[in-house]
Amino acid sequence: MPKDHGIGASTKRREDVRFLTGRGRYTDDINLPGQAHACFVRSQVAHGRLNGVNTDAAAGMPGVIRVFTAGDFERVGGLPCGWQVTDRFGAVMQEPGHPVLATGKVRHVGDPIALVVAETYDQARDAAEAVVVDIEELEPVLDMKAALAEGAPKVHDELTSNLCYDWGFVEENREAVNKAFETAHHVTTLDLVNQRLVPNAMEPRVAIGDYDFATDDSTLYTTSQNPHVIRLLMGAFVLGIPEHKLRVVAPDVGGGFGSKIFHYAEEAAVTFAARHLRRPVKWTCTRSESFVTDAQGRDHVTRIELALDAEGHFQAIRTETYANMGAYLSTFAPSIPTWLHGTLMAGNYRTPLIYVNVKAVFTNTVPVDAYRGAGRPEATFQLERVIDKAAREMGMDPVELRRKNFITQFPYATPVAVEYDTGDYNATMDKLLEIADVAGFEARLAESKARGKLRGLGVNCYIEACGIAPSHLVGQLGARAGLYESATVRVNATGGLVVMTGSHSHGQGHETSFAQVVADMIGIPDNMVEIVHGDTANTPMGMGTYGSRSLAVGGSAMVKATNKIIAKARKIAAHLMEASPEDIELKDGRFTVAGTDKSVAWGDVTLAAYVPHNYPLDEIEPGLEETAFYDPNNFTYPAGAYACEVEVDPETGKVTVERFAAADDFGNIVNPMIVDGQVHGGIAQGIGQALLETTTYDEYGQLLSGSYMDYAMPRASDVPFYAVDHSCQTPCTHNPLGVKGCGEAGAIGSPPAVVNAVVDALQRAGHSHITHIDMPLTPSRVWAAMQG
Amino acid sequence: MTRVTMTVNGKAVSGEVEGRTLLSQFLREGLGLTGTHIGCDTSQCGACVVHVNGQDVKSCTTFALECEGAEVRTIEGMANPDGSLSTIQQAFQDHHGLQCGFCTPGMVMTASALLAKNPTPSEAEIRHYLEGNICRCTGYHNIVKAILAASGQDVSHLGHGDAVAAE
Amino acid sequence: MYAFELVRPATLDEAVTALGAEEAQALGGGQTLIPTLKQRLAAPAKLVCLSGLAELKGVCIADDGAVCVGGATPHAVVAAEAAAHYPALAALAGNIGDPAVRNRGTIGGSLANNDPSACYPAAALGSGATIRTVNRDIAADDFFQGMFTTALEDGEIITEVRFPVPERAAYQKFEQPASRFALVGVFVAKYDDGVRVAVTGASEGGVFRWAEAEAALSGDFSAGAIAGLSLDADMMIGDLHGSPEYRAHLVKVLTGRAVTAAG
Repeated sequence: MPKDHGIGASTKRREDVRFLTGRGRYTDDINLPGQAHACFVRSQVAHGRLNGVNTDAAAGMPGVIRVFTAGDFERVGGLPCGWQVTDRFGAVMQEPGHPVLATGKVRHVGDPIALVVAETYDQARDAAEAVVVDIEELEPVLDMKAALAEGAPKVHDELTSNLCYDWGFVEENREAVNKAFETAHHVTTLDLVNQRLVPNAMEPRVAIGDYDFATDDSTLYTTSQNPHVIRLLMGAFVLGIPEHKLRVVAPDVGGGFGSKIFHYAEEAAVTFAARHLRRPVKWTCTRSESFVTDAQGRDHVTRIELALDAEGHFQAIRTETYANMGAYLSTFAPSIPTWLHGTLMAGNYRTPLIYVNVKAVFTNTVPVDAYRGAGRPEATFQLERVIDKAAREMGMDPVELRRKNFITQFPYATPVAVEYDTGDYNATMDKLLEIADVAGFEARLAESKARGKLRGLGVNCYIEACGIAPSHLVGQLGARAGLYESATVRVNATGGLVVMTGSHSHGQGHETSFAQVVADMIGIPDNMVEIVHGDTANTPMGMGTYGSRSLAVGGSAMVKATNKIIAKARKIAAHLMEASPEDIELKDGRFTVAGTDKSVAWGDVTLAAYVPHNYPLDEIEPGLEETAFYDPNNFTYPAGAYACEVEVDPETGKVTVERFAAADDFGNIVNPMIVDGQVHGGIAQGIGQALLETTTYDEYGQLLSGSYMDYAMPRASDVPFYAVDHSCQTPCTHNPLGVKGCGEAGAIGSPPAVVNAVVDALQRAGHSHITHIDMPLTPSRVWAAMQG
Repeated sequence: MTRVTMTVNGKAVSGEVEGRTLLSQFLREGLGLTGTHIGCDTSQCGACVVHVNGQDVKSCTTFALECEGAEVRTIEGMANPDGSLSTIQQAFQDHHGLQCGFCTPGMVMTASALLAKNPTPSEAEIRHYLEGNICRCTGYHNIVKAILAASGQDVSHLGHGDAVAAE
Repeated sequence: MYAFELVRPATLDEAVTALGAEEAQALGGGQTLIPTLKQRLAAPAKLVCLSGLAELKGVCIADDGAVCVGGATPHAVVAAEAAAHYPALAALAGNIGDPAVRNRGTIGGSLANNDPSACYPAAALGSGATIRTVNRDIAADDFFQGMFTTALEDGEIITEVRFPVPERAAYQKFEQPASRFALVGVFVAKYDDGVRVAVTGASEGGVFRWAEAEAALSGDFSAGAIAGLSLDADMMIGDLHGSPEYRAHLVKVLTGRAVTAAG
């Protein structure tokens, strides 16, 4: 029987009622009294010297309150980068300044130059058009390898080159890896591009700055995945507002996928403007604007080599990647191609020697940072594609080649610095082959053939490091922040609980699943627990939601705080029943003296805590409220196996995803329905990357795919129903819930499955020269590949 | 400014608008009905879909003045008269057809328009009808499932038929 | 958007008068025009809304059997009301954009805009339709004059489009995956006096007739009849969704499929 409440139940989401009735409260739904509206003047060119900004005409236009330019921000810090990578020679990365408004130069189309504040948005936009910008156009730097060439124009004049860093991992293994390749029985080499993506959360970004001059309090309402991080970065590094005078609110947020982690210039600009103007200033991003201002994802150009022995055992892996940083370093950008990428290069396999080289490059494009999966999809894609290619070259079955190399003993220390605690990769593969009905593939292939279509099957594995992260570890790796999480559990006198979490929900359903956990621990109905998040004024300092960390880290903090509550409540119950706390058991919301029929209800205990007439005041304080911070000992390692079946139209090259199956090991599961939904969404994003989405700049640095007219978002008709399973569960060994995280798996595991399937279909049809096609596998590209 | 009058969710409303005022702006800013969302500026995402005289339209691509005298229905007017969720809304909750909720109003309005025309659509018909509604969270699986379920079709083979109501 | 005046004439005459004003522009369903205005790529002083003109709406059958579509008829209405009379036209209309767009977008608006990737121009040209305006009748062969360019004068309103009904016809659309416009669309129609093949989405010059295919298919209305033909990629659109060579190839594939679908 499926559970009907608490941990393990597919409880319907409580947040849905407001979303389904139009009562969600997203940032753009907020309008403050006296609010003014902002419009940014943005660079129309990719690279240029900013010789002057004339605001005279704009300032006199109807409704205009103030036009801010870079000069107004002189005393304001630049946008900070939260991670410093050390290169393979021991030097720290090149870190250019990132002013709130462009100073000296503009470095990408969309770079903000001035901020117009007016009574209405239309007036602000009219005036923004009247701002005269004197830009001397410079040759843009777009291609990464060209950017590193001798004499290439520099994105940042103050740097020595466009190279941010040249990272080697593990640098000490470099020579040993090279030697292994010299003596390998077989080497498979693959050159590939993991193309740049635009995250495209459906809610565009919004920021509203507010200022109360009577109290000197600033408030920022923003579309963020981590309001405390924004408060810290913007308060301490940009505007110089102490945290106790700055409140950041991220209310209902319409999806993030990484793009709403980062601190953006617009947030600082409207907060700054509100302080100066003493009135609220609201900025709502248009979708067209978001295409040139939201941090983008991926954009790796890679060569991967896999050395194998005669039996197909992996001997060594060597990769060289060029990773595009864009024009500036976004908040966590340097960490993505390095620590979130190189550390996953072992995948699910025993490979004794691995060397990863990453060259991060500045170009005149929108900054690149984390997008769902962040580094791990790039690692998985390379590895799972090169394994498929190796299997074909060696005449081996791709599934068997993987199985032959699976890690089967845990814990397992990889040669790329992480230690997997648990896993069972054969189990997820077995489950996958079952739910994908791989046995029925041949029959479906024959049926496709009869209709004149090509059919292919692609299978792959993935592993990810989630639950970021042990603070002591990331600190050593260059993180400028801790990555713990927090929770405050407040029990009311009548027994209901309010949990204030530092995690943030922007679609993940924490209000439901977090409540399930706490209610289950106490044995009370889920609806006695309320989850509060998203406002620095009423939640403890937390690092927010990304990297599939909410339940593993935030949930663990909540468990810790709830355990403190239970421990104290047990003392109160013991006092009420004149027993010893050690003898008190908590079950189904009642405290019982073990071995007796004496009991008190949860509500009696909570009432006693706030009406302490009969209460051990000499031992414990009144009240029932506890806070806990949790800092994990290790990452978590969700893993799984994915299968995709495609049909290819041999005349047009159009690929149709016919079947998709995912078998994931997420450890323990709190709400299976929500977990399925997370995987579904990730798969669609992965199919989108594999087949549809492309971020294309022209030779001038103009974004050609700058709207939904050209950036192909997956629609309902582009995807099938998915078969997903997470019954293989090897619980995480080091967090109290045994959970691993499920948010990014789908996006990590699915792109190689799709590409493997298309290559398989083409190979079966006799196109033996096709060993790889770069994503997205558009009809045009597939057709061109078939032409030879 | 011109005065426009229409019926929104059964209630007569009017307001002063410019020629360029979109229906979506009138609803959100003029009437405070912020359930209608704006997710793009090229008329593709469908987060703004409302019903005008019974037809699903993109309110971000319709001028308020074009709706003079029209009957408009938004997500705020979709619940049953007693305030409970209507069949299509309930199906979205029962089958986890939403995550961040941003595209949801448009999805529900589009789905209800489909079901008004085609009470038992096939999976393919549903997917085709959702051509103008983009969701970045759900991968569409549970949206299509919810619409199938709302039309009374069996969805037990599509995973998690066992969603339970919160206590 | 820049500010403009929006007027809603009650009659065609009022609309014509309103469009006589300086910088006035007709507003059909607005499904292309409004996004264009949002990008501030157009700045009309006055928009004349045609959607309130009942006389421009609906589908009827002329005495000669032609399907006549009022200029302000939304795509969804054509999809429903033309289905019994001209299924290929109805199917084309029923697959433009998305359902919400089809409820607003109009045939007159689509033809007047003449987007090189729009579907309706292929139907009009492929059917040898007559575009009737307030002033005159314009043959489809004379109407389309290159991408976003037509024979319409400033302020000239399309009141009706008359489609002679062919013996057989079909439209094949290969969608551009983002916009869902036609990456290439081919409309094939077989009449007593020959076959017409109209291609949209492919050419830098907008919708065009593929004369060689028409000749071949007029002799032998089968997909095999065009096997030996090919199109010159030089005149084709190349963009991030497809090269000129790919589009040239698709035109041929889709023409064959349209012939097969027409039966």
